[in-house]
Amino acid sequence: MDEQQARAYWQENIRTIMQLLVVWFIVSYGCGVLFVDLLDTIAIGGFKLGFWFAQQGSMYVFLILIFVYAKRMNTIDEKYDVHE
Amino acid sequence: MELQTLIYLFVGASFALYIGIAIWAKAASTSDFYIAGGGVNPVMNGMATAADWMSAASFISLAGIVSLLGRDGTAYLMGWTGGYVLLAMLLAPYLRKFGKFTVPDFVGDRYYSDVARTVAVICVIFISFTYVAGQMRGVGIVFSRFLQVDIDTGVVLGMAVVFVYAVLGGMKGITYTQVAQYCVLIVAYTIPAIFLSLQITGDFLPQMGFGGTIEFAFDNGVREIPAGTYVLHALDQSFKDLGFAIPYTEGRAGVWDTFLLTVALMAGTAGLPHVIVRFFTVPRVRDARISAGWALLFISILYTVCPAVGAFGRLNLIKNLQNNDYAAWTRECTSEDLANIQAAQRAGQDTARMPCRGQWFATWENSGLIAWLDKNGDGKIQIANGGAFKGKAAYTGERGASGERLISNEAVATPAGQAVGNEVVVDRDIIVLANPEIAALPNWVIALIAAGGLAAALSTAAGLLLVISSSISHDLLGRVIYKDEATGKSKLSEGQELMAARIAAAFAILVAGYLGINPPGFVAQVVAFAFGLAAASFFPVIINGIFDKRMNKEGAIAGMAVGLTLTFVYIVLNVFVDSSGTYKIFSIEATGIGTVAMVIHFVVAYFVSRATAAPPQEIQDMVESIRIPRGAGDAVAH
Repeated sequence: MDEQQARAYWQENIRTIMQLLVVWFIVSYGCGVLFVDLLDTIAIGGFKLGFWFAQQGSMYVFLILIFVYAKRMNTIDEKYDVHE
Repeated sequence: MELQTLIYLFVGASFALYIGIAIWAKAASTSDFYIAGGGVNPVMNGMATAADWMSAASFISLAGIVSLLGRDGTAYLMGWTGGYVLLAMLLAPYLRKFGKFTVPDFVGDRYYSDVARTVAVICVIFISFTYVAGQMRGVGIVFSRFLQVDIDTGVVLGMAVVFVYAVLGGMKGITYTQVAQYCVLIVAYTIPAIFLSLQITGDFLPQMGFGGTIEFAFDNGVREIPAGTYVLHALDQSFKDLGFAIPYTEGRAGVWDTFLLTVALMAGTAGLPHVIVRFFTVPRVRDARISAGWALLFISILYTVCPAVGAFGRLNLIKNLQNNDYAAWTRECTSEDLANIQAAQRAGQDTARMPCRGQWFATWENSGLIAWLDKNGDGKIQIANGGAFKGKAAYTGERGASGERLISNEAVATPAGQAVGNEVVVDRDIIVLANPEIAALPNWVIALIAAGGLAAALSTAAGLLLVISSSISHDLLGRVIYKDEATGKSKLSEGQELMAARIAAAFAILVAGYLGINPPGFVAQVVAFAFGLAAASFFPVIINGIFDKRMNKEGAIAGMAVGLTLTFVYIVLNVFVDSSGTYKIFSIEATGIGTVAMVIHFVVAYFVSRATAAPPQEIQDMVESIRIPRGAGDAVAH
């Protein structure tokens, strides 16, 4: 693997992480902490939306994020032929 | 079967299982001992990580904390799960590719410095010991409550079991034992929660029941809450009626404090050595990524059930206690009582408030976790906002008019305008420990809780003890004290190092046991310490090591020194010297200082590294290499 390809691989890796971490930040700190009172004005069943994100939803999203990350990285690894 | 027999049976069987696994998975090499030979299946590793991560505090106390804090408990739920996202994306895959045994290995090699390595070792040992002291205490408490032995005997029993499987099996033994312990603890946690959810809402899944409606009407002391009300609405309404300033689903803590605390817990989680080291045990980089996902899945099962258990517990307390006649409720059952209960059960009615159904209340009163002061002398229990009495319950040894344990504390006056005055103080651990009894579940469920609490405490203790022993034998002895200057490798043979690791593990167990029997009076506060230090030291130093190729020895050492000192001094001043807030800066809470120190660490490290020479070429090549998955291979010792 030459230097240029290594750099391209690393940049794609960073881009993937950044995209997912933006979602991570919005869901946990955005919905669960910073804008929780605003979201609480919306009710879904027995839950206020902000409260649901804080005590349930954020954890489900964390889970999805890690599995999406693992899958996307496997694809990128194969694209650059660095997979194991 | 008799409850006590069942508890012995469940706990005995689970212990036999753990020790059996340890004998089967005996460690033969240092690689087995430190990282289970690097051949653990990612799903199994996820389970082991989950058991390692979820401590006695998660199992016994977390639901109670969330129940007590309402929405403010969110920081713990999100903080202790969101860290796994950081771990999966920013740390685990690269550290796996790096392919050594320990966190100080990475810090020492990446920053080509034994000073950095030694600082890392000291941090690992300090963080792990503060943590393990609480675990051993947890083992003792579970033993004493369920097996009727005193706490010290319980600690010694726990030490003996951990000794066998940690010293013998090392990481390999611990990993497979933790898989079994995860299964025990998650079954023990979810079964009572499912029963509760069915009883209260009719929903099978507690996560659904949390947002479901109650199946019964109840009187909260001020008004009747009709059947079909949402659980959370019933709680909010009751909180309002009973004089609480803030409803259950609203927060009291400031946004800024919650934010800082959550960041510190997340970064701390990702920076805790006993969690990181788990990702050294899987075969490939891609396994390390997915394994973090499995770990979070297994953790989330407990963490998403937990807030539901907290809400159900709080609701049950109001429903079952409010204006209930103490003497009748807690008395020994007469044949008439039993006949009445059976008749009610046949008619499908709720029996929790009926005479003689409240014996659990008296039992936990006897063990000091519940106290009742009949302030208005009506013989009935009232539960509401405000303290019942001043200070910690001081039992006089005598019994009151209703048969309650008398306390000599001065009563606290009910706030003006509040309809009901609070008379009970309930320890937060009751929410989980007494759950099966409050809901009148079968005896085997109570026995299961005992086995589950022990599994949670033992698995975490074992993981921490292993990290302590490997930092001593591998990092301190092998890489610093017995370092061969000519080759940079250890002068100890593999056999000698393995023996040193076993002796260090045995030694660590003795220290942990001592701390469990003579706990420093501040176990709860030192947890903030452990997370703050991990967030301010390991998390940034590892991130820089991977993502900033230009980061050098000077920058790393300066960053760690500043991060650690700031966290240490701030927590000592604000928690141990004067907790009234005299030493606060910008009104930052001690729990949130780890976040601030982490940011300062990043800034200092950046500027110092740019002002000094770039790291040697071979280090830059190493950074290039850990960024590429291929060729991870087996972890090597030297």
